[in-house]
Amino acid sequence: MRTLARAILPYPLVSLGLFALWLLLNQSLSPGHLVLGGLVALIAPRGLLLLEPPPVRLSRPVAIVRLGWRVFVDIVRSNIAVTGIILRLKRRERNAGFVAIPLKLRNANALAVLGTIITSTPGTVWVDFDSATGLLRIHVLDLIEEADWIETIQQRYETLLLEIFR
Amino acid sequence: MTLAVHLPLWAAILVAACVLLGAVLTLIGTVGLLRLGTFYERVHAPTLGTTLGTGFILIGSMLYFSLAGERLVIHEVLIALFVTVTTPVSLMLLVRAADYRDRLEGHDPEAEAERSAS
Repeated sequence: MRTLARAILPYPLVSLGLFALWLLLNQSLSPGHLVLGGLVALIAPRGLLLLEPPPVRLSRPVAIVRLGWRVFVDIVRSNIAVTGIILRLKRRERNAGFVAIPLKLRNANALAVLGTIITSTPGTVWVDFDSATGLLRIHVLDLIEEADWIETIQQRYETLLLEIFR
Repeated sequence: MTLAVHLPLWAAILVAACVLLGAVLTLIGTVGLLRLGTFYERVHAPTLGTTLGTGFILIGSMLYFSLAGERLVIHEVLIALFVTVTTPVSLMLLVRAADYRDRLEGHDPEAEAERSAS
């Protein structure tokens, strides 16, 4: 029974999400869209199966909310900072550069979340991560003190991510 | 769908302010894409448009359509979700491609970034 369910719906949550998404995007509950959405929900997750994604296990919902809030605050702050940098480009000596940050994080999903956070925050971009040494390289637009950035990434994000993806 | 639903003045001002702020932030990001010195620096600028720029425009849209009572405001949430999830992927790919090319051509990306910054 379990194996049959797995064969039909390898990722039930993804299927459910796609089905809901289809109906929301079409703003309709008509039979036609129910069928189309159902087909998408049945077929699309098979593509995901080929990618063999690592299983996601989340714990500590409180930590997830805290991380979300921190990211929001940081995105607002860096929007202001980067706006300042772009508008008065030549006033002050500014250093852009790479920073290497040692991480304890190894979970692929957690690293993907960290990459999304770092890259979507203005002023920092993920460059690469060496899974052998655990060294993450990011590029920072306004690099004042390397140690500050190392501490920011480790304290603000990594500790929470370690709690969430155990 | 009527183009201009009659909104109370305060609502119209609020919606306009959100859309304008979002548009200005996106514009600043685009200006940054033009003005900043190196590739690695330029890649930072468009994120203004993809974070708060998009965010304000979507808030404006949400306010308008919920006050006008035309439809649910879920479209905007979906847009925000997709923009947040997809832009970092393309930006990361661009940066990694640049990094890879610099190494391949024998430039040290670190020195490269510093040289063209000055």
